[in-house]
Amino acid sequence: MTIFEAVHQHAPMLTVLVPMLSAPIIMLFGNRQAAFAIALTASTTSFLLSLQMLLLVAQGGVISYHIGGWAPPLGIEYRIDAANAFVLIIVSSISTVVLPYARRSIADEVAARHHTLFYACYMLCFTGLLGVTATGDAFNVFVFLEISSLSTYVLVALGAKQDRRALSAAYDYLILGTIGATFFVIGLGMLYMATGSLNMVHIAQVLAEGESNRTVRSAFTFIVVGMALKFAMYPLHRWLPGAYTYAPSAVSAFLAATATKVAIYVVLRFIFSVFGIAEEFERNTVQYIMMPLAVVAMFAGSLMATFSLNAKTLLAYSSISQIGYMLLGITLLNSTGLTAGMVHLFNHALTKGALFLAVGAIIYRTGSALVPHMAGLGRQMPWTSASIVIGGLSLIGAPATAGFVSKWVLMQAAFEAGMWPIAVFVVLSSVIAVVYVWRLVEVLYLQPAPEGRSVSEVPMTMLVPIWALALASIWFGIDADFTVQASRTAAEALLAGGFGGEDATIMGTRGRP
Amino acid sequence: MEGGFETGFLLGHMNYWLFVILMMTGFYIVVARGNLLKKIVGLNIFQAAVFMLYISVGKISGATAPIITGNPDEVYSNPLPHVLILTAIVVGIATTALGLALIVRINESYGTIEEDEIQQHDLEQYDKDCARAEEAR
Amino acid sequence: MTTAALIILTMAIPLATAVISLAVRNQPNLRDSVTLAGAVALFICVLTVLANFNMGLPFDFELIEFQPGIAIAFHVEPLGMVFALVASSLWILTHIYGIGYMRGNNEKNHARFFACFAVALFATMGIAFSANLLTLFLFYEVLTVSTYPLVAHKENAEAKAGARTYIGILMGTSIVLLLTGIIWTYVITGTMDFSPGGILAGKVEDGFVPVLLGLFAFGIGKAALMPFHRWLPAAMVAPTPVSALLHAVAVVKAGVFSILKVGVYVFGIDNLAATGASVWLMWLAAFSILVASLVAMQQDNLKRRLAYSTISQLSYITLGVALATSMGAIGGGLHIVTHAFGKITLFMCAGAIYVATHKTEISQMRGLGRKMPFTFIAFGIGALSIIGIPPLAGSWSKWLLVLGSADAAQVRSMLGDPSWPQLIMIGVLMVSSLLNIAYLIPVFARGFYGSHRDVAPEGGWRAAIQEAPLFCVLPSCITAFGCLVLFFYAGDIAGFLEPMTAAIPASTNGEGQ
Repeated sequence: MTIFEAVHQHAPMLTVLVPMLSAPIIMLFGNRQAAFAIALTASTTSFLLSLQMLLLVAQGGVISYHIGGWAPPLGIEYRIDAANAFVLIIVSSISTVVLPYARRSIADEVAARHHTLFYACYMLCFTGLLGVTATGDAFNVFVFLEISSLSTYVLVALGAKQDRRALSAAYDYLILGTIGATFFVIGLGMLYMATGSLNMVHIAQVLAEGESNRTVRSAFTFIVVGMALKFAMYPLHRWLPGAYTYAPSAVSAFLAATATKVAIYVVLRFIFSVFGIAEEFERNTVQYIMMPLAVVAMFAGSLMATFSLNAKTLLAYSSISQIGYMLLGITLLNSTGLTAGMVHLFNHALTKGALFLAVGAIIYRTGSALVPHMAGLGRQMPWTSASIVIGGLSLIGAPATAGFVSKWVLMQAAFEAGMWPIAVFVVLSSVIAVVYVWRLVEVLYLQPAPEGRSVSEVPMTMLVPIWALALASIWFGIDADFTVQASRTAAEALLAGGFGGEDATIMGTRGRP
Repeated sequence: MEGGFETGFLLGHMNYWLFVILMMTGFYIVVARGNLLKKIVGLNIFQAAVFMLYISVGKISGATAPIITGNPDEVYSNPLPHVLILTAIVVGIATTALGLALIVRINESYGTIEEDEIQQHDLEQYDKDCARAEEAR
Repeated sequence: MTTAALIILTMAIPLATAVISLAVRNQPNLRDSVTLAGAVALFICVLTVLANFNMGLPFDFELIEFQPGIAIAFHVEPLGMVFALVASSLWILTHIYGIGYMRGNNEKNHARFFACFAVALFATMGIAFSANLLTLFLFYEVLTVSTYPLVAHKENAEAKAGARTYIGILMGTSIVLLLTGIIWTYVITGTMDFSPGGILAGKVEDGFVPVLLGLFAFGIGKAALMPFHRWLPAAMVAPTPVSALLHAVAVVKAGVFSILKVGVYVFGIDNLAATGASVWLMWLAAFSILVASLVAMQQDNLKRRLAYSTISQLSYITLGVALATSMGAIGGGLHIVTHAFGKITLFMCAGAIYVATHKTEISQMRGLGRKMPFTFIAFGIGALSIIGIPPLAGSWSKWLLVLGSADAAQVRSMLGDPSWPQLIMIGVLMVSSLLNIAYLIPVFARGFYGSHRDVAPEGGWRAAIQEAPLFCVLPSCITAFGCLVLFFYAGDIAGFLEPMTAAIPASTNGEGQ
């Protein structure tokens, strides 16, 4: 077997394994430059591997990777279909774009002795997110989730050099995140009691054969609530504003673009592939509890963003509202709605990533994230400010930005489901987005810079990642063919239930049948 | 099951009752206590309850530890939940360690580990931010 | 050159102009000549499109697939052709005027000003040639965003407040109402293409047609239909060239143009007539016409008076659609042209007065006509054209609208409905003409009569002339002359517009092939 065949054969595993191994290697080297190089290499490798897998499953196929050659349901399986290949792309591409930016940014925001630690934690977090996404084993989800969460707490706490509130934010996050994870693990335990299996495909089969009972229902509830804490479903969002505000900018950008997305993916996977939406209980939970909460989130998040003093808090609350959009699409329970949810996962990752990076660039130069301190930056940092405008327009959902595509598909889904009030809620809440985005625009462009502050544009290594994401969010707003197509495939894969069924390309068996 | 709250129902689900009580105790401590350290203790109790749930699920009456004895009629306990929970315990320990480390850092920079006092400090900080913002205007 | 390439060129030229004028921002003369060259090139380009169009060359062109089945596409049809011609020809004059105004008035940020101006023209061209609702919406929003910096140009508190109203109303209505309407249309009909005879006929229950029409009529906030008209007076804080070209021609005409296009190509004139869905819109337009005229009479600030006059005149065009007869629609289309020439003359004169004397209130303009005879005569011609006095262009479009009302009355009575509302519209148009006289003629008259008689200039009237710079005066004289010339060509324009209302495409121009 040539090396290429081997890589191809083990791509699902390697995607996760490479960043995981890079973390201890980084610690062994203990050198800042080496750490950055290793992290970037590992992240890029993961990205390329995910891309290769997405191309394999883009037409609706499924890859089943048997770890160690042990066949599921006894062995642990990695299972890649269009849905999680898509999420893998989001996570790995954002990570690869953020890393070069992080190098400059953390030099400013994180104490020098913590730099290698930063890269190690970053890679662990990255590993966790990829693992959660790639695996087809329910307990594996928990383990990887905690790998990513624990390293996230550390990453958030690293912001303490800038502001000690990072510590209390990290602590709050730790408590709530752990409660979420524990709820999730309780749910898994119940699921195991009811089905005797941990393999998602197998659980789905067993559940589909048997009658629904109270154990399954409580398992569903625990899993949904636990994950809702992780992705900050309103009103379980309390940890999010603090964590995103006080974490180092690169971390905020990375987390905002990926962590909540992965948690939403997990909920999607469990609701659609494992439990299935055929049962009345599951349907009712989704439609009568999650949908109203999603609508409330859209408004509450936007309103809180409108009154935020700190630009990062503003973006964090905006994230809560945008998570509402994703959830809303999902809870419509039709193919277009799910497509809307998936496509917004991607589009919002680009947009919010760009915005957090841009605000980080402002902090890098001015040392403050408070909105009034950004007065006059439109002239002094024209490129950064312009990227904030682009990102802001995308949050609003102005045409020719990625956010427009999401809104378009979401409203289409609402009309298709015959729920026109939902469409009205969507547009009304995006009007509030106009208000908070325009607050930023006015400060940046229409207020004179304070006397004596002259700052210049950030260096290229920061500007290029910002603009890569900003331009991507324009590009995917004009040519949405790829994203919508991929999301639709993913949505159909999810709606079909049962995680792709029997016809999977089996990998990783080293030639064993 | 005959339904209702018969003794058999109560006793037959003893492990679940204990799990529920322990879990809610831990959960209550996390929510109600203001001391960060006590919150961690509560979190541990909460997690321990889940460990118990998993372990008790693997129990089969009359079964022995899952070590092959050679006797074909031997009934073994289900080892899988035990193994799973080993992982969860490791995760729990890591969480506890990290939480405690954070508390140490918080104590260093805030001089307290009482939640309300920390919030007070944060509020003051926020007021300072507002004042700074006002200056900029 | 193929028409596809030409259409790209009509958008590429203004965009390139914007980029170049930003690039050479530090060399005023070079920058302004580049922009002028761009404006001329655009006009030539649009003329070439016209020539190709008259030859019946193919003119459908898909730029990029936005989503499966939905493309950003362009298409040339008579109405858009006329609109593009008006906007591009007046851009040349406005640019010349703008150079004089900005320099004469010592305004700041010339480069940003002219760049945004060019981007606005780019959006206008996109709107004019849009082939479907998506493309229209895309460029509609680009136009909103690109004109925001122009409105906020002065960067003082007043400008900021005006700009806030501007962006708030235009974005709010377009996101909440227009987008909802577009997506609803798309979900119902499965298409968004403008097609002769409309796409909605028979697809919607009759009861919903007025609702959908309302979403479009109010959603297109740029048409300044009451009660969403407040942005237009607010936008008057902008420098006068902006008010002249954008808020008398490009932006507001983009609004009524969109309403016309939606009425003719989405709803279909026959469909509107058959369902009677537009009767309420007719009443509202009549209300807007009269009330805005009355408000205009109260305004002492010249630009505000002109703004309210614009609101009133725009409703003429909306009325043309709402009459639901082809004569009404053609009258509306013609009014886009005639009002453009008339109103831009008035605004340029207002700006010239401001540059020369810094007077903005009508009450201060007593006797100014003697000092600025050319300006005031041009103003008088523009005013008479808007009032609709032959031999000036405005008389034709008003005449066609009156005919349209009579036609509509006939259609109603043939359908067995009461026809008096349509007859009342004739009265409304007449009364409105009287009101036009009441608020426009005093401005003109005040210039020549009044107290300056006793301050007889010492060196005769020649020495007393204090006109604005030549660049400011000349364009307004040209457009005033244009009002006169158009009177003789109005029939040709109306004939050119005629195919748009024919449900079955006329074979010569290949409508909708």
